[in-house]
Amino acid sequence: MTDVTVPTAAENAASGLRAPAPMRAVLDAAAVQRALTRIAHEILERTQGADDAVLLGIPTRGAHLAARLARQIAEVEGRTLPHGTLDVTMYRDDLRLRPARTLGHTEIPDGGVDGKLVVLVDDVLFSGRTIRAALDALADLGRPRAVQLAVLVDRGHRELPIRADYVGKNLPTAQRETVQVRLAEIDREDAVLLGTKPEREAGR
Amino acid sequence: MSAGPRRHLLSTADLSAEDAMLILDTAAEFARLADRPIKKLPTLRGRTVVNLFYEDSTRTRISFETAAKRLSADVINFSAKGSSVSKGESLKDTALTLEAMGADAVVVRHWASGGAHRLAHAGWIRSAVVNAGDGTHEHPTQALLDAYTLRARLGGLEGRRVTVVGDVLHSRVARSNVRLLATLGAEVTLVAPPTLMPFGVEGWPCSSSYALDPVLPKSDAVMMLRVQRERMDQAFFPTEREYSRRYGMHADRMAQLPEHAVVMHPGPMNRGLEISAEVADSARSTVTEQVANGVSVRMAVLYLLLGGSEPAIGTEDEGERR
Amino acid sequence: MTNWTIKGASPLGGPARDLYVREGRIAEAPAPDATVIDAAGLIALPGLVDLHTHLREPGREDAETVLSGSRAAAAGGFTAVHAMANTDPVADTAGVVEQVWRLGREAGYCDVQPVGAVTVGIAGERLAELGAMAESAARVRIFSDDGHCVSDAALMRRALEYVKAFGGVVAQHAQEPRLTEGAQMNEGELSDVLGLRGWPAVAEEAIIARDVLLAAHTGSRLHVCHLSTAGSVEIVRWAKSKGYPVTAEVTPHHLLLTEDLVRGYDPVYKVNPPLRSKDDVEAVRAGLADGAIDVVATDHAPHPVEAKDCEWAVAAMGMLGLETALSVVQQTMVATGLLDWAGVADRMSVRAARIGQLEEHGRPLEVGEPANLTLLDPAAARVIEPASLHSRSRNTPFAGLELPGAVHATLLRGTATVLDGKVVDR
Repeated sequence: MTDVTVPTAAENAASGLRAPAPMRAVLDAAAVQRALTRIAHEILERTQGADDAVLLGIPTRGAHLAARLARQIAEVEGRTLPHGTLDVTMYRDDLRLRPARTLGHTEIPDGGVDGKLVVLVDDVLFSGRTIRAALDALADLGRPRAVQLAVLVDRGHRELPIRADYVGKNLPTAQRETVQVRLAEIDREDAVLLGTKPEREAGR
Repeated sequence: MSAGPRRHLLSTADLSAEDAMLILDTAAEFARLADRPIKKLPTLRGRTVVNLFYEDSTRTRISFETAAKRLSADVINFSAKGSSVSKGESLKDTALTLEAMGADAVVVRHWASGGAHRLAHAGWIRSAVVNAGDGTHEHPTQALLDAYTLRARLGGLEGRRVTVVGDVLHSRVARSNVRLLATLGAEVTLVAPPTLMPFGVEGWPCSSSYALDPVLPKSDAVMMLRVQRERMDQAFFPTEREYSRRYGMHADRMAQLPEHAVVMHPGPMNRGLEISAEVADSARSTVTEQVANGVSVRMAVLYLLLGGSEPAIGTEDEGERR
Repeated sequence: MTNWTIKGASPLGGPARDLYVREGRIAEAPAPDATVIDAAGLIALPGLVDLHTHLREPGREDAETVLSGSRAAAAGGFTAVHAMANTDPVADTAGVVEQVWRLGREAGYCDVQPVGAVTVGIAGERLAELGAMAESAARVRIFSDDGHCVSDAALMRRALEYVKAFGGVVAQHAQEPRLTEGAQMNEGELSDVLGLRGWPAVAEEAIIARDVLLAAHTGSRLHVCHLSTAGSVEIVRWAKSKGYPVTAEVTPHHLLLTEDLVRGYDPVYKVNPPLRSKDDVEAVRAGLADGAIDVVATDHAPHPVEAKDCEWAVAAMGMLGLETALSVVQQTMVATGLLDWAGVADRMSVRAARIGQLEEHGRPLEVGEPANLTLLDPAAARVIEPASLHSRSRNTPFAGLELPGAVHATLLRGTATVLDGKVVDR
């Protein structure tokens, strides 16, 4: 696995601001798979068999990750955890800052969330605002016994008091870097890529 | 007050196929809320939606009100009955009042064709305007909920054959449906007596027929329009009996429809005139589904117009004129 | 009284020459004290005559008065206007027509010739005192229920017969009422799209057809107001070919605008008869060019702001016309080669004065004739600004349009009512 390196100013200048530096793989397919396997085992360990756990993925990529985790756990335990999706669009706090967007799909497994241990699954944990919206969305669906959070990548820069219970990879980043999770289900490959926003879009 | 550009939903002619599908898909997500313990979303919290009704229509008003409330908007109902509107206050003055109250969207039902258009474009207000029926012009959210219902029942709209029967001439529902269904790829046939067929129907994106029976076996859906009884006095047709015999949907006609075909009605129905009770209460009838779908579709319209920094659907604002 | 030397004007667009005005008449030689108007490049026309003006006084002085309307007329190059009878009270008695006539004289911007109502209160039920109006100081010769159609065939026949006694003419607003109940715009594909009740061409044509036959039968003079459809042109052309005593007018807006403008539901385009199709516009232009249509008449219809700042269905019908008529005719008839300037003088002054029996108007620009004339700068172009109009109302459908031509001066019997493009305060 490659170590994380932040491009130097010289490298940025050399790459030119018009074309952003090409994105660099920080996790390849095998590493993504290993990270998910580890999270699956951790969930089983920490929830003592996950008897009442429900996996809810946040669309788009979190939903696929939740499905994969459910499959991994099934391989180990021989039993499929209830899993579904939770769209948080309508609960976002930045709705009015961006154009109205298409809704994702919410699919709560039979049995609902009341009294359950809900594990929220997302691809990247960044400001924490998506998870805040997810907690609100969840509250409107019922009253879970507890809520935990699993993410493939934690890139830091939290803006809310939120932390993940299960992390595939801690990835220290600069604000102006971008992290992109690619999954075979939609992107035809598994990878985590790191890139740099062009100066103009970096929001300085 | 939203800061970004403002858009309106005034006519289905203004909707591209992509816009219309976005509304239907968004409505499908909202429809799932009905099964949840909490049917409300925080999306439009702090936004004000005014229902401005110059014409009685409890059904449409309640549908819009429910939609706005499920999205947590503040709702003000402003009805012509019992307000200054009925005392001769002009549309302009009412609009200025709503502007002063900070309405983000005005849902307007008006007896005059073009009422919504005028409210949107005369430069009186800055809110988004949703046409909830204007005179004999258009009723776009009714057409959207009809399209939603058809898509759900028939599995799609492309190439589906929809027959619209009745007083097409005076029907805003028919106007909106013809345009929207054509945009979405359905084949529409209008059926009406010649007196109730629009003058320039040849230019519409549909076919037309004066006879109902030959069209029935080829129809995936039949939409029955409400017939105003006063049209008889205006000599548009001789008697109710003759109308019902030639253009009414009753059991014999229903039997000529393909197995999968549905019968729609925008309500309120004249049972025994354009539709028999037997048909209205049959499994083919979508009347109550249409009502339920109305809320989801109107939520989608309000969300897509008001939910973001800029609207995702609707007609561009023409700007203030003169 | 000022005497004038008009240097280098082109009478009716012909070769440039000087025109001399002395004591209110066109003279052989300049007066020693004459004021010079540099008219190089300007076209001299006989003062324009409008057969169809709504001055709104008495009754709706908030929309227009005889004074404001006749200032607007002067600004548009008119020296005479016919004030329609649908005021409040209706001009159906000698008293009302004399009042309007006197107000016109006092204003002094143009000759205001009242039109008398055909029926009492323009209610279409019984004849007004047509003779009394004819014999009043106002000398009424044109009678019209304009705004309403004299739809009762027997009543129309009697009116046509009765006005023969004093050489009158009945000006008909041709609109079959039952075919136009609640009508909002031209009936056609667009009215269906917009959901606005249609005003079918046949409702105009059926009345014109009936009336030309009545005119032939009674041997009396019929004038057709604001004809607007291709079919109407055909009927009038046919009636004239038969030698029937029929004349007809078309408005500037029907020469230029089409029903497509209704798409935005802006009531400034709401008018009766409604704006028609492109084919109709071409037909009325052709009819005006070949003389089937005798005159351009403005149907100047001022309305207060609130009558137009509302829903289409409740808005008042009508458009301003006096201050833009000549420009619209230049654009639609002269620039297109359909009429030369002599033709414009004929359709906007000579024939109108003849129909209205105004002896001092529509005269040739010759020595000894009354100095009623208009100087037009045909090379000028202007964007129509409602706020700069002299009418008290603002409902011009031409707002924001660039139109050719600008009236440089208007003389009424030698008195300048407009000079250097500005209305002269009196």
